[in-house]
This record gives sequence, structure tokens and C-alpha cells, in this order.
Amino acid sequence: MAEPLLSVRDLTVDIPLSSGTLHAVRGIGFDLPRGETLCIVGESGSGKSMTALAVMDLLGGGMKRHASRLVFDGEDLLTASPRTMRHLRGERMAMIFQEPMTSLNPAYTIGDQLTEALFLHRRVSKQEAQARALELLEKVGITAAASRLRQYPHQLSGGLRQRVMIAMALMCEPDLIIADEPTTALDVTIQAQILRLLVDLQRELGMAMILITHDLGVVSRVADHVAVMYAGELVEYGSATEVFNTPAHPYTRGLLRCIPIPGRNERGARLGSIPGIVPSLIGNVRGCSYRTRCEFAGSACADAIPERYIETNHAYRCVHEGGGARQTAGIAL
Amino acid sequence: MMSIALTLTPEEIVGPSPMQMLRKRVFGHRGLMFGSVVLIVVFLLALFAPLLATHDPFAQDLTARMRPPVFLGGSWDHILGTDQLGRDFLSRLLYGARISLTIGFVTAIISGVIGTTMGVAAGYFGGRTDTIVTFLITTRLAMPVVLVALAVVAIFGGSLQVVILVLGFLLWDRFAVVMRAATRQIVSREYVTAARAIGCSVPRIVLSEILPNVANSLIIVVTLEMAHAILLEAALSFLGLGVQPPTPSWGLMVSEGKQMMLFNPWMITIPGIALFALVLAINLLGDGLRDVTAPENRN
Repeated sequence: MAEPLLSVRDLTVDIPLSSGTLHAVRGIGFDLPRGETLCIVGESGSGKSMTALAVMDLLGGGMKRHASRLVFDGEDLLTASPRTMRHLRGERMAMIFQEPMTSLNPAYTIGDQLTEALFLHRRVSKQEAQARALELLEKVGITAAASRLRQYPHQLSGGLRQRVMIAMALMCEPDLIIADEPTTALDVTIQAQILRLLVDLQRELGMAMILITHDLGVVSRVADHVAVMYAGELVEYGSATEVFNTPAHPYTRGLLRCIPIPGRNERGARLGSIPGIVPSLIGNVRGCSYRTRCEFAGSACADAIPERYIETNHAYRCVHEGGGARQTAGIAL
Repeated sequence: MMSIALTLTPEEIVGPSPMQMLRKRVFGHRGLMFGSVVLIVVFLLALFAPLLATHDPFAQDLTARMRPPVFLGGSWDHILGTDQLGRDFLSRLLYGARISLTIGFVTAIISGVIGTTMGVAAGYFGGRTDTIVTFLITTRLAMPVVLVALAVVAIFGGSLQVVILVLGFLLWDRFAVVMRAATRQIVSREYVTAARAIGCSVPRIVLSEILPNVANSLIIVVTLEMAHAILLEAALSFLGLGVQPPTPSWGLMVSEGKQMMLFNPWMITIPGIALFALVLAINLLGDGLRDVTAPENRN
């Protein structure tokens, strides 16, 4: 098997707080082959964004990152100098943020911001940079691209800004693109457009993508691999088909029950929900963090939880074989 | 059959351009217009003082002491009269404008550089840097400016350079406070993280992402501190520990006129009015700039 583009093992992110250490990400690991899409799903506060920021080494002040392995295209990111990281960021790995309204600097024109990455990493003339910006704006489906280059962010709608953000991430043709909930702040019709655009571009340019989302509908359409995060842990990981057809962890099954499927759910019938809230991750966390909300929880759940494998590429973390009552059929979306 | 084009390209949408809108806001603001006109006039008067002054500001004429200004029955030879040493008041006033403006600009630049560096560093790095800067700001705020300035001038002697340096090193507190708060606000924006994500270095982020977005607060503090410095210089000179005679400083002119204020009140009113007008103009300019650049007034 070819060397994966990104390989992560035992990644943890700790945030020191006055009330103790918050373990935002607790020992997650995955491999992302070139050109494939990994979707990280989980509810708010499960550590999805922290994982992405940790990979890019963009964690804010005070947050600590540890890992036993963090290799991007043969480059060990754990020992990489800030200088090396700066060269990797933007050029080889790019990020798209959640909030298109605040992700663009209001003081500069779209053109200036698009070409910035190019000037930082490549020796290009102003004309070349402009041409590349124009080309990408057209690629992300912005009409009248030439005049958009001279506009300021406040003159653009949310959907347009997110397209600009995508174009910005693509300027140097990165190998890896991390999209942190790129459609959350947009309205539904635009969400679908942006997502389609992102996936088309990813396939066209052969980039690997980490898509962070809490929309399982999105995941089912684009993911090659799915990582389900809960309370900073990877509770289930596998190929998209397997996770959706044979979800092993009770939490994954709970999540899948929450999605309405026209034709399958009866009108007026209640959708599934998971009662309870995510536990606090401050201080020492032991045992299964999902046990407070799990229907199969027992005394054994407070102990260390083994990692179980269904197949070589489908793992989950639960004391119960098959994650409690084995679901006969998964939900095919 | 009429067809109406429903799709508009940005070129077809005709409206006031950002520059036109800015121009409208600037010219529609009375305080800003008044302030800038007065400031420009004072600046031009100071610049062309050698051409405009009717007499040498240092030339004494003991035979023509304390001549009243024209509007109090004086002669046109000395339009604003003469002081107790017979020096032409108008000429001294014009040269005094140079002193006041120099002090205002240079002090604002020195303290602006110090305060902005400290404030931006505290806001950007946070943590220990922030603790240190906050401590320095608190320490500085605990020191009475006039007392410290008096002490330093008393030790090193009063001269224009000393006054400028003392004020420059004392008036950075407001820059630091405002820049720290403004920077903190900008740092948490996603575009700063986005800039890091495309590989920008720290100096580049500070210079090209943060400074342009805190510039409008900076301009306002600059004007406020200019006015502050000009008033402090006048106060120090009045107390005899600022600019030394015979330099024509407005504060010094008030000080020299105070012995005569019962019989010749114009000797303190004229430089007083000049000071008042200049400081008022600078403050109005600062207020106006804030109003014009504040996002809530853009519509």
C-alpha cells in the first residue's frame, strides 16, 4: 500500500484552563491516502475543528499538541520548524474556514487576498498572479470575475465569499485541503452548490480532503472514509459504506437515527434523538465518554475501552462486542 | 413584447463609489471641516511665519513696550501690540505656532510608536507579553505626567528637545490601551487564522492584517494625544519648566503676560485663544475622523 498523504497517530490537544486541563482531542489517529476524502463528523465541541487546527499547527496560544506520529507527505510535522510549517501551509496544505463573513480581511480587495498566497510561496509577476486569481474565480463559478477582483469583501454575499475562500485555498494547488464546516454558515440552497463545487474541484485536481461537518447527509455523498468523533475521541472509523451500512458504535447509530429520510420516516413520527449532553472534558477522563448517554451502558464502561475491529479498515471503541445490540440493518442513505 | 434583463453584472449597477461616499461623509461633517480648516490655517501660518511676521520675534524695543493691539487702540505697526520687552506679539504668536505644532506632531509620533508597538504586541501574543504590557500601562497611569515632566525638566534643564522627549516617553499609555484592545478584537477574527493558514509569518500578519484594521482607532488617538501634548507643553512652559525664554512659545507668552493681566488682559487672552483654537481644532478633527470612519456611519 502506498504511503498515505497524511498519517496521524495518538493526536491529543490539551487546553490549560484555570479549572484544570481540558482534553479537547484525546488520542485520535487516521490515515488519509492521496486524492481521498475523509469526513470527520461529531457534534459541537467534539474536537473536530481542534483536530484540523492541530494538523495545520494553527492552535491558538496555550493549547498543546501531542502525537506519536504526524506525517504529511513524508514530512514529520512534529519536528518541523515554524519556517517549514509556513512553507507547507498555503502551498501544500490549505484550509477553508467556517465563517465566510469573517474569513476575509475587510481592508483588502478580493484580488489582493487571492494573490497573497501566491506571492508568499511562488516567484510570480503581478500579471501572472492576477491571471491565476481570475482563472480560479471562474473555476469556482463566480461571474464577472474580473470586476470581483477589485471589490472588497463587504460587497460580496456569503455564498460568494465562501467561493472566494475556496479559490484562495486552491491558489497554490495544495495536496491536502481541510474544510472546516465550509457550508454551515450558508443557507441550504447555497450549501448544496458550494459542497458540489468543493467535491468536483477536489476530484478534478486530485487533492485529498478532510471535510469537517455535522451534516451526515453531506458525509454520505462525498466521503471515502468517515471518522466519528465524540468528546475528543474517535469512536468509530471506517470506510463510508461500512460506517453507514453497519454502524458499530451506539453513538454512530444514534446519529444516524437523527436523520429524516423521506419515505422511510412516517409523517409526524418523532425523529430519533440522543438524550443528555456531552460530558465535561476537564481533568482526568476515564472509560467510555459516551456511557452517560448510552442505552447499553454498564459498569464495565467506566474502565478502559478496547478498540475493536470489524474489518481491517473499520474500527470502533466499545466494551460491547458489536456495540451492544447488533443492528440488523444499517441505514442506507 | 418587452423583455427586462433580470441579471445585472456588477458593471451595470451604478451607485456612488466608496470614494464618493467617503467624500460625502467628510464634507458633510461640520466639526471635521472646521477642525481641519483651522488646523490647516495654523499649519500654513507656522510654515510661512518668516514671510508673514512683520517683525523679528526676538527683537526687543524697550521704547515700545506693551503697546496695545489695533482693536484696543494700538497702531498698525504692531497689529497685536507688543509684550513687556517690546517684542512684536503677532510675530511671536506666528513663531509660537511652530513650537506648538512641532511638539504636537513629534510627541504623537514618539509616543505613538512606543504605545502601538506595546499594545499590538500585548494584543497579538497575549499571555506573558500581555501581563507585562498591562503592568507597564498601569505603572505609567499611576505616575502624574506633570509631576514627572517637571522633575525631569528640573534635572536636565528645559529645552524644546527635552520637553518633546519627556512628553513622548510619557504619553504612550492611551496608544497602548487602545491598540491592545483593538488588536485583541482583530486577532480573534478568522481572517487572521486564514492568513496563518496560507503561510504568513508573524511580522507579516501584524503589518498587513492587523495594522490596517486598527488604523482608524490609531488616527483618533494620534489627534487626541497631539492636543494633549500641546496643552502640556503650554502648562510646563507656563510653570517655567518647559521651553525656555526667549523662545516664542504660547505657554510662555501666557506666563510672561500674567504679571500684566490686570492692566493688559489681552497679553494672556491672545495666546490663550490661539491655544484654545488649536486644541479645539485638533479635537474636532479627531472626533470627526472617528465619526467618518466608524463602520456604523457607513450607509
